[in-house]
Amino acid sequence: MIKTRVLFAMLAVAVASPAFAADKVKIGFITTMSGPAGVVGKHHKDAADLALEELGGKIGGLPAEIIYADDQLKPDVGRQLADSMIKRDKVNFMTGLTYSNIMVAAYPPIVASKTPFIGLAGPSEIAGSMCSPYYYSVAWQNDQPAEAMGKYLADAGLDEAYLLAPNYTAGKDNLNGFKRNFKGKIAAEIYTNLNQLDYQAELSQVRAANPKAVFAFYPGGLGVQFVKQWAQAGLQGKIPLYTVFAQNAITLPAIGESAEGNYETGIYSPNIKNPTNAAFVAAYKKKYGYEPSEYAAISYDAIKLMDAVTKMVKGKVEDTQAVLAAIPKADVMSVRGRKLAFTANHMPLQDFYLFKIAKGADGQMTPGVEKVVMSDTTDAYAGECKMK
Amino acid sequence: MNGVLALEQILNGLQFGVMLFLITAGLTLTFGIMNLVNLAHGILYMLGAYFCASLTVATGSFVGAVILASAATVLVGIVIELLTLKRLYARNHLDQVLATFGVVLFFNELVRIIWGPASIYSSVPPALSGQVELIPGLLYPAYRLVIIGVGLVAAAALVLLINFSKLGMLIRAGASNRIMVSAIGVNIDLLNTLVFGLGAAFAALAGAIAGPILTVESGMGNDMLILALVVIVIGGIGSIKGAFIASLLVGLIDTFGRTMLRPLFELFMTKAAANSAGPAVASMLIYLAMALVLFFRPQGLFPPRTR
Repeated sequence: MIKTRVLFAMLAVAVASPAFAADKVKIGFITTMSGPAGVVGKHHKDAADLALEELGGKIGGLPAEIIYADDQLKPDVGRQLADSMIKRDKVNFMTGLTYSNIMVAAYPPIVASKTPFIGLAGPSEIAGSMCSPYYYSVAWQNDQPAEAMGKYLADAGLDEAYLLAPNYTAGKDNLNGFKRNFKGKIAAEIYTNLNQLDYQAELSQVRAANPKAVFAFYPGGLGVQFVKQWAQAGLQGKIPLYTVFAQNAITLPAIGESAEGNYETGIYSPNIKNPTNAAFVAAYKKKYGYEPSEYAAISYDAIKLMDAVTKMVKGKVEDTQAVLAAIPKADVMSVRGRKLAFTANHMPLQDFYLFKIAKGADGQMTPGVEKVVMSDTTDAYAGECKMK
Repeated sequence: MNGVLALEQILNGLQFGVMLFLITAGLTLTFGIMNLVNLAHGILYMLGAYFCASLTVATGSFVGAVILASAATVLVGIVIELLTLKRLYARNHLDQVLATFGVVLFFNELVRIIWGPASIYSSVPPALSGQVELIPGLLYPAYRLVIIGVGLVAAAALVLLINFSKLGMLIRAGASNRIMVSAIGVNIDLLNTLVFGLGAAFAALAGAIAGPILTVESGMGNDMLILALVVIVIGGIGSIKGAFIASLLVGLIDTFGRTMLRPLFELFMTKAAANSAGPAVASMLIYLAMALVLFFRPQGLFPPRTR
């Protein structure tokens, strides 16, 4: 009898526990940590670890743990990890999932479980028809850096551009994003094989066409190849090269001086001047010995946002509705230089910068800040989002 | 497309073609002479690239690194041959495919353990990082010209070796009638190992000189192996001449497919349709060529003479 009573008492406590403050905050962090794309996961993890360290290992004053898992850039693995984080680890927050194809696969079980999800990607589906009250992105909508570049070149009065991208969904999205704002003549729209590593034949065509500007989307390792071969072909400084996702703190150490004088648009550079970023960059370089990328920046912001939100709900992270209500109201200064804010479809409201690649104080190539070229825009998919 | 651009694209096709030839040469020899389906050939290309990237940093000399990397890869290749492939010559092709595929998985993982999962980006040696103006208006990267030169010299050396040396005579004899060669007292085991080492040297050379323009990473040999198999099918199994001509053909078809199909399609379809159809067809063009060869001339364009 006593045993039964104890059991009932324990059950009552277990059921009632959402009313009390949690004793520990668990954060599920799924990202790509192995393979050629693993460097993105490394930047995410290093920055998140730094953020948690600065908070004394606590989120909203409660002891916290970040549970990392490697999705191996495989959608099925990402989905399994999401399931196990929700059901086995019972995480209070989810984050990560940078690569759109993994995000789209792992997203449904996470939002269905009503776990607050502060994600690091903004694929068109999730900005649009798949949007959810449980998901907020602190990254960017995928098309926006290309839209910013299109707008910058249109505002600069350029009337001709030559476009290149790998032949897959993101390649087409980025070129379409560019064309949304750029109204000049498109000299050519070239899609290369996604597995291709040698662009010499396409670069020969570019040289012969001699366009006024080239816009290219080549993420990560493809960007390293493209920009290096651009310089080897003798095009560096001859034809202006404007890229997205190709020339950032992830790729520049491998590209080296071949990138000097080229342009890139994006949300973050370690050279953005504001006190939050200065402190972040200094701490990050001291701890890890390399410059933070935008992937580090958004991961850092995500942890700081979770901390602020947990404080606002006084540690009651199980109260999902209160957490969701707190996210848009949280007062978190991003390393990007503005407070975190969101659009109606839960994508970030932010500035997009034009960067010019130049030699930094340490002699390494770094994205130098030219100017803000696009601000506070709502993405093209917001109209498809019915938040419920 | 004007003349200068056409010439430049021919050079691009040639450069891709000679790289393919360096890889295919060893594969077609082992195929033709040892009757071995060796999926692990791409591994030697990858090892050549990894060794060269590391040795360039260690020795500071790119040329030295290329030579040392090729030598080191030959040693690894011979060890692979003695430990695994030697046992497979008498087995059927399915066993060979399974076993050599195992070797591929082993080495792809091993380089990840030794060199780490991140890709290695090496640079073109500074002396060759510029461009050469071949004719007015035709600027071509110096390093790629060197690749073409090295590839052609290697091909010429191989042709001389095969056609005018005693070893070459035995290799040709082995390709035509393996049993007869061993019956007249030639040490066929030693010949096999030599041929394998020769193939490894060429594949490693290709990997080493590809490193600075491509990405050195685990699995980089797999895509090249598929292309090499296409070349062998087109050229004829066991034929060096076939491998050479088919390599250049595949290089040129691929290059011109990538650059010419889209403008060609624009002549009779909308721009948007050409933008998606062009790259789609271009990526399968060499496989279409292979299918055509298989249909009209299943023995390949230049099969070796056999009795």
